[in-house]
Amino acid sequence: MREGLRNEARAAALFLAPALAVIFLLFLLPAVASLFLSVTDFDIYALADYRNVRFVGLRNYQQLLGDAVFWKAMRNTLYFAFAGGPLTVFAALGSAMLVNAKLTRWKSLFRTIYFAPVVTSLVAVSIVFRYFFHVRVGLLNQFMELIGLAPVDWLGEPKWAMPSIILLAVWKNFGYSMIIFVAGLQSIPEEMYEAARIDGAGPVQQFRHVTIPMLAPTFLFVGIVTAVGYLQLFAEPYVMTPDGGPLKSTLSVVMMMYEQGFRWWSLGFAAAIAFILFIVIGIATVIQFRLQTSRERASAVAARTATMVGGEE
Amino acid sequence: MNRSFGVILLHIALVLGAIITLIPLAWMVSASFMPTGEASMYPPRLLPSAATLMHYRDLFTRMNMGRSFLNSTIIALAVTAASLLLNSMAGYAFAKLRFRGRDRLFGFLLAALVIPTQIGMLPLFLMLKSAGLVNTYWGAILPGTASIFGIFLMRQFMTSIPDDLLDAARIDGASEWAIYWSMVLPLARPILVTLALFTFMASWNDFMWPLIVLTDEQKYVLPVAIASLVGEHAQDIELMMASSVLTVIPVLVLFICLQRYYIAGLMMGSVKG
Repeated sequence: MREGLRNEARAAALFLAPALAVIFLLFLLPAVASLFLSVTDFDIYALADYRNVRFVGLRNYQQLLGDAVFWKAMRNTLYFAFAGGPLTVFAALGSAMLVNAKLTRWKSLFRTIYFAPVVTSLVAVSIVFRYFFHVRVGLLNQFMELIGLAPVDWLGEPKWAMPSIILLAVWKNFGYSMIIFVAGLQSIPEEMYEAARIDGAGPVQQFRHVTIPMLAPTFLFVGIVTAVGYLQLFAEPYVMTPDGGPLKSTLSVVMMMYEQGFRWWSLGFAAAIAFILFIVIGIATVIQFRLQTSRERASAVAARTATMVGGEE
Repeated sequence: MNRSFGVILLHIALVLGAIITLIPLAWMVSASFMPTGEASMYPPRLLPSAATLMHYRDLFTRMNMGRSFLNSTIIALAVTAASLLLNSMAGYAFAKLRFRGRDRLFGFLLAALVIPTQIGMLPLFLMLKSAGLVNTYWGAILPGTASIFGIFLMRQFMTSIPDDLLDAARIDGASEWAIYWSMVLPLARPILVTLALFTFMASWNDFMWPLIVLTDEQKYVLPVAIASLVGEHAQDIELMMASSVLTVIPVLVLFICLQRYYIAGLMMGSVKG
């Protein structure tokens, strides 16, 4: 038996080696190396000859925190995540309720249609939306003209450029969270609704006191996935507003990192951007966890009381 | 409120949502068949006056899009094949082999899921550059050949395979490789389809990493090629729509045919939260 276990351990090492080598060398090591890169002045000269790299301490971070363009990019990214994220989650919940309603016919057809944008190439649909929002030939403005509204330069006006990108993101992504919400809705026991109905709760109250609390873990998962994804905004503005948009209103943090790192080859500076983004993503995740656990605890109590009341009837 | 009235209202909302969801995709397809200039006419045309394939022909004959299509296919297939093998091997070890520190190692990997891939892209580029892999297929393929999510999917599925079955084979003297290859993999076929679908689509649609690592136009994958095309041919709406169709349709068809597997994987991914 001992011999067998030792064999198993040896086999395990061989089975794990290829995948772990890839993950450690090409994912974890670079992520850690990014931190070291961010305290150097790695630039185009260093690219030619690594001996030109010098340790500069926190200089890149100091420079970054004093850089108005960086703050603009950070504000834009947070705007995108905090406006686009909740909109996406609401659209997802709404469509999940519709698709999952008891009286809905052709459920799987509607589910497939709503999910279709998720599997499309982000670059391709960004190109489609770039024309959709075009000031002169765009379908959106032509439609607005037909119903008598003044055309808007969607991607050319600072105040409309980011909302346009948010609209694309909501369209592209709500189907993913919708699927997760449908699974969450289906896991709510029917007895809980019955209990609520017996207590005289109407549809709105059932939604507030049964559906929402029971979906708390789903909200947490969907919220984190959406926030983390949205904070990495890159392809949409890169394709729709390649120069960062009017007054840099669509420049995102990852876009700035890409430009600094791979257009100007200031890799040290760009690594500092990457690392600050990592910290922001970490903070966003922790905040959601904190928010949820207190609400979840309350909701669990509420949900349990609801079933108990129902059971006594 | 009348019950049947409510049902009608429900379906009006559903159909309206479906129309809004489909308009951009339908217009993309329709405009790609329009003669040059028709997509920007006023009042807007929704269907081509006379469908033409000229933009698709242009893409292949003048824009070198056939090459990008081939590059995308090669890279996505290679990544998919490698990730099936590597992730299923690791998933098997985590699910069915007993060794010290197994659960701790797996927990550590799950914790590392929070690290966004963009964080390491700069050092990864430098590493691949010193290895001479920048601007090669290998540079685009290697980072995607194993993933924590893939290992997770495989492990979750394989845990449900009964131990007795494998132990019986061990007593008969079967090697671990034989058990993995001819017993576990056939049983894991559904999850392998799921992982293949996820990996192929993610690789086909990936943009930022290929943009960084493939610098020569001959090596461009579709998303990179069409993003660069829109810079030069922004006025040719119909041409750009054809290039978008070319990029979107293969994975869309794949998804529609195999969506059962796709949705199943999505669910498994979400329960880990």
